[in-house]
Amino acid sequence: MSGLYTEYHPRWLRTRVSTYWWLERRSYLMFIVRELSSVFVAWFAVYLLRLIRAIAAGPSAYERFLQRSAQPAVLLLNLATLFFVVFHTITWFNLAPQAIVARLGGKRLPGSLIAASNYAAWVVTSVLVGWLLLGT
Amino acid sequence: MADRIALQVARYRPERDSDVSFQEYEISYAKEWVVLDGLNYIKDRVDGTLSFRWSCRMGICGSCGMMVNGEPKLTCETFLTDYGSGPVRIEPLRNFPIIRDLVVEIGDFLRKLTRVKPWIVRNEEKPLGEGEYLQTPEELDEYKQFSMCINCMLCYAACPIYGLDQKFIGPAAIALAQRYNFDTRDEGSRERREILSGHDGIWGCTFVGECTKVCPKNVDPAGAIQRYKLSTAVEALESFFLPWGGR
Amino acid sequence: MTFQHDVVLVGGGGAGLRAAIAIAETNPRLSIAVVSKVYPMRSHTVSAEGGAAGVIRPDDSLDEHAYDTISGGDWLCDQDAVEAFVREAPHELLRLEHWGCPWSREPDGRIAVRPFGGMKKMRTWFAADKTGFHMLHTLFQTSLKYTNVVRYDEWFVTKLLVDNGRVQGVVAIELMSGKVEAIPARAVILCTGGCGRVFPFTTNANIKNGDGMALAYRAGAPLKDMEFVQYHPTGLPFTGILITEAARAEGGYLINKDGYRYLQDYNLGKPEPKPVLRSMELGPRDRLSQAFVKEVEKGRTIDTSHGPVVHLDLRHLGKKVINTNLPFVRELCLKYQNLDPVTELIPVRPVVHYMMGGVHTDINGATPLAGLYAAGEVACVSINGANRLGSNSLPELLVFGARAGRAAAEYASGERQLSVAVVAQAKDEEMRLGNEFLHKSGRRDRLATLRDEMQQTIEQSASIYRAGDALARGADQLRTLQERLLDVRIDDDSRTFNTERIAALEFSFMLDVAEAIVHSALHRKESRGAHQRTDFPARDDQRYLSHSMIDRRSDGTCHVEYRPVTITRWPPAERIYGR
Repeated sequence: MSGLYTEYHPRWLRTRVSTYWWLERRSYLMFIVRELSSVFVAWFAVYLLRLIRAIAAGPSAYERFLQRSAQPAVLLLNLATLFFVVFHTITWFNLAPQAIVARLGGKRLPGSLIAASNYAAWVVTSVLVGWLLLGT
Repeated sequence: MADRIALQVARYRPERDSDVSFQEYEISYAKEWVVLDGLNYIKDRVDGTLSFRWSCRMGICGSCGMMVNGEPKLTCETFLTDYGSGPVRIEPLRNFPIIRDLVVEIGDFLRKLTRVKPWIVRNEEKPLGEGEYLQTPEELDEYKQFSMCINCMLCYAACPIYGLDQKFIGPAAIALAQRYNFDTRDEGSRERREILSGHDGIWGCTFVGECTKVCPKNVDPAGAIQRYKLSTAVEALESFFLPWGGR
Repeated sequence: MTFQHDVVLVGGGGAGLRAAIAIAETNPRLSIAVVSKVYPMRSHTVSAEGGAAGVIRPDDSLDEHAYDTISGGDWLCDQDAVEAFVREAPHELLRLEHWGCPWSREPDGRIAVRPFGGMKKMRTWFAADKTGFHMLHTLFQTSLKYTNVVRYDEWFVTKLLVDNGRVQGVVAIELMSGKVEAIPARAVILCTGGCGRVFPFTTNANIKNGDGMALAYRAGAPLKDMEFVQYHPTGLPFTGILITEAARAEGGYLINKDGYRYLQDYNLGKPEPKPVLRSMELGPRDRLSQAFVKEVEKGRTIDTSHGPVVHLDLRHLGKKVINTNLPFVRELCLKYQNLDPVTELIPVRPVVHYMMGGVHTDINGATPLAGLYAAGEVACVSINGANRLGSNSLPELLVFGARAGRAAAEYASGERQLSVAVVAQAKDEEMRLGNEFLHKSGRRDRLATLRDEMQQTIEQSASIYRAGDALARGADQLRTLQERLLDVRIDDDSRTFNTERIAALEFSFMLDVAEAIVHSALHRKESRGAHQRTDFPARDDQRYLSHSMIDRRSDGTCHVEYRPVTITRWPPAERIYGR
C-alpha cells in the first residue's frame, strides 16, 4: 500500500470544532434534542422502579408516592419526559425506513409503509395497555 | 446585462499565514455559471494565487467539494444564481486538514477505504472461461445505490461524529463496504465485519443523518450504516442463541 | 534517490490502473509506482458514459467487430492490432466483471449489450450510462489489493529521464510540498490520456492536457496521427458536457431547426422510427459532426447565445426508458440546461472529445524508445485510425493497458543498471523548474490569456474542416505563443500546492501538442475520417494510406514522415453507412 500518505504535516491547518457545533444547523440541533431525551428516559426508568417499590411496600407508601408525584416539579418533569419520548419516537419512526429494507415478493416495500407499520404497532400497543390499565 | 456577486473565499498560505483569513472578490457572472466558474474566473483574471481542486466540471469526479455558505457542495453543480447577490462564502471542506486555500488532505479516507477491503473477496475465483457471474437486475439493484459513491467527501464534511473524532471510519467507507457486502458475487462480509464492527467502526454513528442529506449522488450512507447495524446485531443474536445453526 | 521502482506508470486512470494490476499479477516481486497528478478516482475515465464493446452474442463475430472498427477508422487502423484488440476485448471486460464491475444485465442475469454508433451488431457492454465511472472505480478499488503498487497521488511528472536512448524514470513535483524528486525506474508507461483542453470547446476535464504526449515528444519519441481529432456530435452548449452516444443508440433523433432529421441528406441512410445500426444517428462520429457543419452553412441550425446548435430528441423514448437506461443524461440536462429530456429537446453541438493520435506504439504498447511504453488515449497503436467508434476506447484501456503492463514487466525484470547520468538530469530539471515560473520579472501576459489564444488559434486552424493557409497561419501563431510563454505572468510564488505553476507547465505541454496537431494536419493533403481538408477533399489511398509520424529534432523543429498502415485481411474500400 502507498507509504506516501503522511499522517501529519506541520503546515496543515486543523480548524477546531466549536463547542457549540450543534447550534450551527437545525438538523444538528434536532439530533442533540433527540439524544437529550435519553436523560429524561433515564429519569422515567428510575421513577417507574420507585413506583414498583412503593406498591410493594404497601398502601401508605403508595399514597405517599402519589402525593409526591402530584407536586408541580415532578409533574413538569414527567410532562417534559412525555414530550421528549414522543419527539424521539416520531423522529425515530420516520428514520426507520432508512435502516430497514423490506421486500415482498421481490419488490421493495416503500419507506412510508415501514414508518406506517411502526406507528400502527404503537397505536395498537397503546390501546392494549390503555385497556389493561383502565378497563380492569 | 451581467449580474455581480461577491465571493468571500477562505485563504491559507502555510508559508506566510498561521490561520485562515477571508478575501473578498466581486465579479460579474453569467446566469449559467456555477461557483466553480466564479473561482476559475478569479484565478484566471484576478488572483492567480487561489488554489483549489477541480477536473470534470460535471459532478462525477468528486474533486471540487467545498463549503459554500456553510453547506458542503460540489462547486461544479452549485449555481451562483441560487445565491442572489451574495455574498457567497467559500471555505475548504470541513473536518479535513487544510493544505492550502481550498485544498484539503483526504489521505485519511483513502487509508480507511483500503481497510474495508473494497474489492470482490471470494474463496474460489470462477475461471474466465466459464463466463460471467450471473446477476439479475434485481440483485444489481441491491447494491447499485452504494456503488454510485464518487468519493467527494461531502459526507465526511457533514458528519459531526467525524468532526469530533477523526478516527471514526466514516460514511463513505461504510457505504462502499456495504456495496460489496450486498454484491451477490462477493463472499467477504465476514472479513469486513472485523473492521466495521470494531473500534471506530459503525457503532460510532449515532444516526444524525446529515451524510445522506448532503450526498450529491443519493448514495444514502446513513441507510447503509443503519442496515449494517441491524444485520450485525441480528447476526450476533443468532450466533448467541443458535451457535451451531446457520453458517 | 529514495523513490526507486521497477516500473513507473504516469497516470492512474483506466489504462494506468489496468497496467499496474497486470504488472503486479505478472511479476509480484516488481515494485510498481503509479504517479498521477490527481487522485486516481478523479481521472477522466470516470466521465465516460456510453459503454465498452466486446463480442459476446452468438450472432456476432470478431471479424465483424474488426470490420466495423477498420471501416469506422477509414482504413487507417493497423489491422493486426485491431484483430488482437477485438479478440482480447471480451476477455478483459469479463475479467472486469469478475472484479466486481456492475455491468447492466438481462433479466436472466447475463451481461446485456446495447447498439452503438458505427457497429453493425449489438456488442456494447454498459453499466447504466456511467460505464467509465464504474470501470474506473472497480479498477481503483481492485488495485488497492496489491501491496506492491505504490501510489504517488498528486505528483506531477515534468520530464522523462533518458540516457543512451533508454528511458530510466521520471522527474515529478509533489504538489503538496512543491518538492521536485526523481523517480528512477527500469520502465515507464505513459497513461496520461488525451489532450482535449488544447481546444476551446471540449467534453474533456481540466486535466486532459496531453501531458504524456508532450513528455514523449520532448524525449524523442514520435507522435502518430496527431491530425485526427474526434468531435463528438452531441455536447451541451456552453459547458461542453457530453451527452452520450447511447442516447442515440436507444433511439434518439438529431433534428435541425425545421424538425427535420437532417442526417438523411448526408449519405447516412433513410430515417426509420427505430434505430438502424450503422445508419443515420448511429453513423460514425466524424460524419455526424461534419453534417452539423454543413447544416450551419445552410442556415438550418438553431441560433443560441452559445452558438449554433441542433436538437437531440429523446421524447419518443418515454420516461421509463430514459430513467432506466439514460438516467445520467436526464440528470445532466436537468441540472445544466434546466430542461427535462422526457418532454423537451436537448440542444447539442459537436465538441472535441477524443484524440485518435498519440504516442506511437507497437501492438504491445512499446515506443521506439527503450523502456518507454504507452497505453490508452495517450497512445496510438493504432486501432482507431482516422475516426474512433464509440465504445471502443474503454476496452482499449483494458486491452492495451494489460499488454503494455506485461511488456513493461518483462522488460523491467531483466537486469538493467540505471545510469548515473540521470542523477545529473534530475538536478538540472529541478533547477529549470525552480527558475522557469517562480521568479520571473518583466511579466506580461496572464496564463489564461495565452491559453485562450492557443485555443482560438487551434479552433480556427484545425477544426472539423481545415485548409492549408489557415493551418500554416496557426503554426506561426503557436510559435509566437511559445515565445510569449517564457515571459508569462505567474502570481503564485508559493511552493505549497501551487496550481498556477502546474497550469503553466500543463500549458507548455499543450503548446507542443498543438504544434504537432497543426503540422501533421498541414502535411496530410487528403481528407480521411476526422481530418477533412477543404483544399484536398478526397481520400487518397495512393499517397496517404499511412500514419503520419511527427517528431521533434534537436534544433527544435518538427519533422513529419509517413509509415504505412498494416493491412491484413481487409483491403481499403469505400465507407458505407445507411445501406
